[in-house]
Formats: sequence, C-alpha cells, structure tokens
Amino acid sequence: MLEIIFISTLNGILYGMLLFLMASGLTVIFSMMGVLNLAHASFYMLGAFFGFELTRRLGFWPALVLAPVLVGLVGMAVERYGLRRVHSHGHVAELLFTFGLTFVIKEVVEMVWGKLPADYRIPTSLDFPAFTLFSTNYPAFRLFVLLISIAIFVALLLVIKKTRVGLVVQAALTHPGMVGMLGHNVDRVFMLVFGVGVGLAAVAGVIAGPILITQSNMAGLLGPILFVVVVVGGLGSLGGALAASLLIGLVQTFAVAFNVSLADLFGSSAVGAVLSVWLSDIWRVTVAQVAPILPYLLLVLILIFRPRGLMGTRDT
Amino acid sequence: MKNAFHSSALALAMMGAFAVQAHAQDTLKIAYIDPLSGGGASIGQIGMNQLNFIADEVNAKGGVAGKKVQIVGYDNQTNPQISLVQVQKAIDEGAQVIVQGNGSSVAVAVSDFITKYNDRNPGANIVHLNYAAIDPVLTNEKCSYWHFTWDASADIKMEALTNFIKDKQDVKKVYLISQDYSFGHAVAGAAKRMLQEKRSDVEIVGDEFHPLVKITDFAPYVAKIQASGADTVITGNWGQDLALLIKAAGQAGLDVDWYTFYAGGAGAPTAIKQAGLENRVFQINEGINNQGYGPAEERADALMKRFSDAPVYYPRMFNMMDMVFKAMAEANSVDPGDFVPVLENMKHDSFAAGDEGFMRADDHQFFQPLYISTLGALEEGQKFDEEHTGWGWKMAASVPTESTLLPTTCQMKRP
Repeated sequence: MLEIIFISTLNGILYGMLLFLMASGLTVIFSMMGVLNLAHASFYMLGAFFGFELTRRLGFWPALVLAPVLVGLVGMAVERYGLRRVHSHGHVAELLFTFGLTFVIKEVVEMVWGKLPADYRIPTSLDFPAFTLFSTNYPAFRLFVLLISIAIFVALLLVIKKTRVGLVVQAALTHPGMVGMLGHNVDRVFMLVFGVGVGLAAVAGVIAGPILITQSNMAGLLGPILFVVVVVGGLGSLGGALAASLLIGLVQTFAVAFNVSLADLFGSSAVGAVLSVWLSDIWRVTVAQVAPILPYLLLVLILIFRPRGLMGTRDT
Repeated sequence: MKNAFHSSALALAMMGAFAVQAHAQDTLKIAYIDPLSGGGASIGQIGMNQLNFIADEVNAKGGVAGKKVQIVGYDNQTNPQISLVQVQKAIDEGAQVIVQGNGSSVAVAVSDFITKYNDRNPGANIVHLNYAAIDPVLTNEKCSYWHFTWDASADIKMEALTNFIKDKQDVKKVYLISQDYSFGHAVAGAAKRMLQEKRSDVEIVGDEFHPLVKITDFAPYVAKIQASGADTVITGNWGQDLALLIKAAGQAGLDVDWYTFYAGGAGAPTAIKQAGLENRVFQINEGINNQGYGPAEERADALMKRFSDAPVYYPRMFNMMDMVFKAMAEANSVDPGDFVPVLENMKHDSFAAGDEGFMRADDHQFFQPLYISTLGALEEGQKFDEEHTGWGWKMAASVPTESTLLPTTCQMKRP
C-alpha cells in the first residue's frame, strides 16, 4: 500500500508539473491578450517532434535547448503575422484563428513525420533507474523531468516577480493602455510573452515526448485537460496554474490506483440495497474506470461554485 | 462570351459525368473504414497500406473479374457513430465491399447497419469484411450472412493462450488489464473463465479496465500491477494502448511475462525492445515473419520495401483479400450477391505458412492455424526484424486449425 501511494504521488506530481509547463504559458497568454490559444497543445506537440528530430541529429541536450527556442520563434511569428492581424476583428476571429492553427499544425506534422508514433527515446545518459523502492524502479529520466519543471517554475516566478521585464508584463496584463502610454512597446511584450509561453509548452513536449507518446494526435489528447487546468487554477494566476496542475495530476493518478466503487462504499447496508437499484448503471463502476473524466467533473464543479478559479482574481 | 463559358462548362461537366460512369463500370471500389486519425490511426494506416499493396498486386495481374481494384479510405476515428455515416457515404459512392476491422464496438455497429440495409434494399448486397474485430458476439448472437471475419475470435485466441499457459508452472498470479469496451470485457471474461477451468490454482490478482486509446501515461496502472505482486499480465490491448503500457512497464522495471493478442505493430515492438523484455512478451496471431515460407517472405519483403516503417501487422488481410478475389474470380462477378455463396465454404492455404484453413459457413468465421510467438534478438536464418529494432518474432508454439474449432450459437439468416 505504502509503495503504491509513494509511486502514485511521484507520478501524479510529475504529470502535474508537465501540465503546469503547458498551462503556465496558456494562462498568461489568456489573461494578457484575452486569447484562448486553442493551439497551445499543438505547440507542445511541435516541441516533441522538433525535439525528436534534433535529438536524432544533434543529441538530446542540444535539442532540449534548441527545440523550445525554435518553437518560440514560430510562436512569435504566428503572433506577429497572424494573431495581431486578426486581433482587430475581435475575439471570435482570434479563437477561430487558433482553432484553425491546430489543424494546420497537425496536418503539417503528419505530412513531415507521418501518423505513426515516432521512435523518440530516452537519452542513454539518463536511461537508468534513479532509485528502487520496494520493487519498483523510478526512472532517472522521470526524476529529471520533475527537476526541470520545478526549475522552470522557480525561474518563471523570479522573472515575473523580481525583474523589470516581469513588472512590465504584469502591468500589461491589467493596464495595457497605460503601459503603452509609458513608452513600452506593448505589442512587442505580447509577442515575447506568446513566444515564451509556447516555448514552455515546447519544453514540456521535448521532455514528455520520450515518456508519453510522440504522435500526431498527442495535442488532441492533452489539449482539453489544459483548459481545465487554466479554468480551475484561475486566469492569469501562475500559482493557481501550479496548484490546479498538481491537483489534477494527483487526482488522476490516485483515482487509477483505487478500485473503490459505490458497491464497496455502501456494500450490503440497507441504503446500499436501495441505491443499487436506482444506480444500477454505475453501481459497480470503479473510481479507476472513471479516472479520465474526473478533471472535467472538477471543471464543472469549479465553474458552478467558484467561477474565478482557485486563485483567480476576476470572474470571467 | 459569358454564354460560351457556360456552355463549355456544361460540356465539361457532362464529359466528367460520362468519364466517371465509364470509370465506375470497370473499377471495383472497396471501402476501407477504419481509424485514419486519432489514437487508432497508427494501426489504421498500417491496414490501409497493406490493403493498397494487395490491390496493386491484383491490378498488376489485370484486376479481378475484368475490373481494376480501387481502395478508398474513410476515416472513422474509432467511433461507431462516425463509422455508420462513413458506411452510408461509401455505399452512396458505389461501394459494395466494406472492409473494416479495428474496434469490436465499431464492427458490431457496422455489421448491424449493413444487415439492416440489405434487408431494406433488396439487391443492394453490401458485404462487411472484418479483419480484426474479434468480440465473439460477431460470430454468435449477432452473426450475419453479410459479415465475414478472418481474425480468430477472442474466445478462440484465449482458449489457445490458456492451453499454453496451463503447462507453465511459474504462472501463479495473473493480472488482467483490458480496454473498457465490448472487446476488452470479452477478453477479460474469457481469461477468467478459462483460467479457472484449466488452472484453478492460479490467482487473478487484478482485473482492470481503462479507456480506449485515450491514456498517454500508463505509469499509474503499472504501479498498480507492481503492487499486486503479479507474475503474469494478460491483455487484449492493441495499438498505442499496448505500446504505451509496455513502455511504462519497462521504465518501472516491472518483472512479469506478457500474454498479448496484438504486440506486432504501432510501436509495440519498439517498446518491447526498449524495455529489454527479450522473450517475455508472447503474442498469439495467425502468422509471423520468419516462418520460412517462401511465398509469404516474398510478399512481406515487397510490402516492407514499399512501407519500411510498417511491419506485416495483419497477415490475415492477405488471407482475406486473396480469398475474396478468388471468390470473385470464381463467381465471375464482383457483386457480393454472387460471390458470397462461393466465399462461404472456401478453403484457403494461409498466407503465413501455407497451411490449410477454411471459412465456416455456419458463422462466417475463418479458421486457421494460430501461432504463439515471442519477440527477441534475431537468430541465425531469421530475415525479418520488426520496426528496425533488430528483434524479430520467433515461434513458441503452434496451434493447428483443428484445435481452434469452437462451437457457435449462430442462427444464420440467409436471404
């Protein structure tokens, strides 16, 4: 029991931190530009495929640096020549633009790398068990992913809270007009934030690619969860994104680990007898079976009871 | 000028219509309805490749019954509802032969739809050729005159697999993990029933169901298997659900033997190699490369030259199309109304080793020798590796056709 709790906690935190890498960019972009970047997960996928390609040619470590930079540049170009132009047509146009972008990126990835999963492997220098607990190995690469994500979170927090750039970004979040009046190039701030945001998603792609699957549908699998994280955490709140990511990571991992069903909870009691008739469809469904829908349940509950999210500041 | 434009446009359109008509008369359109996007795409694409390859082979020999074969792919995203829309579309576009395989939930829906369609439209004669969906209901309760299947049903495979496990004394604790839909439940149910019967000392320590082609990280499931103390895992998982499961197991150092139905493609061999599970993953199917049968090796070679990343994942697709084309040639017609009676009782030497198999008219299940194999480093004389891993399948046991015959409850309704 202890073993499964410990391993599940580690797995949950790891999954949560990967979600955070993506959600942090998404939430900042969302609150700053009012754009729900539907293509965010596609940049994560692009990161994984760039990482795969560069790993093959240059090795993993150069790929870890270069792939996010490249994806960041692509992101900036998208913002500069795409989003900024449709911005004047309002939010619907922007939404449609990013929605279309998901298809374009998916098709391009399928044209270049095909629909089959890419053989993206863990670098040999990190391909060993970090430690063995009871009888389970914990892979060094997973530990590495965990550390990278934590390092990025700390760095991001420091930049936003302690530096001048962070100050301008924070100001532009709430008072873009005033920041512009003070002589800052708000457009350029937006472009940089967009680039850095999708770059972070690309980092997640490069390091998650070898653990999860590097395939043209990976964006579709993770995309919806990202929006859950952003809404649950609260718009524009990094702390909220972190809390929500970890929460969802842990909920999903722990739900899988337990086989509790309504039948187990109420068992043979009198209440159980009545409930088993009324709820016969879900009576024996275990928590493990519904694990994947729990985040969406959480989303619905949050929207009903706390629309601003866990740490959000405004009700939108 | 404007008039000239209109009339020439009209003329062009009419010529186009005639061209299409002339074209339709000498082509046999075969609709391939399977996942070409989403989580099932990796194996759907492999099937499409193989089907195109076989069609080109036939066309190079002058076609079948005087017609050129054309394969048209329809993407069903592994979704029964979308599949029905695509079947309707394929029928509207003139296809009478529907090839579909992945996902028993899809196959049951498609088979039902086609049977009803044929009832309501006498003479429509649409046939469903199923190469992969193996939920036993398809050849029992829900059998249909218009449905044929070439993959051994889940019960047949599990019967053979449990016969093999029966003699393995080191199997003590078995963990079952399956996809949460009709096929997964059929596999888990059969495994429990048959293990209980043949090895009552074996303890089933887990019976897990997970969502179909939606899980990206199986680490939580692997942690659970680890904690259960299992020494053997039995799974019917296919496509990425198997590849990712084994990948996660390899990373956690899970020390178990695997008994699988579909470990041959979509990244699974790559995952097995990465996990270092040499000869620990068993697969049951109707043929592997490296069986040393000349005609099969020639065709496999040609296929893998053309699609170097995709292995021969579906040997049964060769059986299926070879038989269907043979039936069409014999009936001298590509109308299922004419060739289905021929197909019903056909005997066929299997693609993989040339052993005889046969189509059973009672339930339209094809019976063939099955092979249990393991993946490991290529040995001397073995030609084919899988997914460029340097590892290939080798035989662990073979199951003759006679031992795969299970009774059926099918009450076939003939037109």
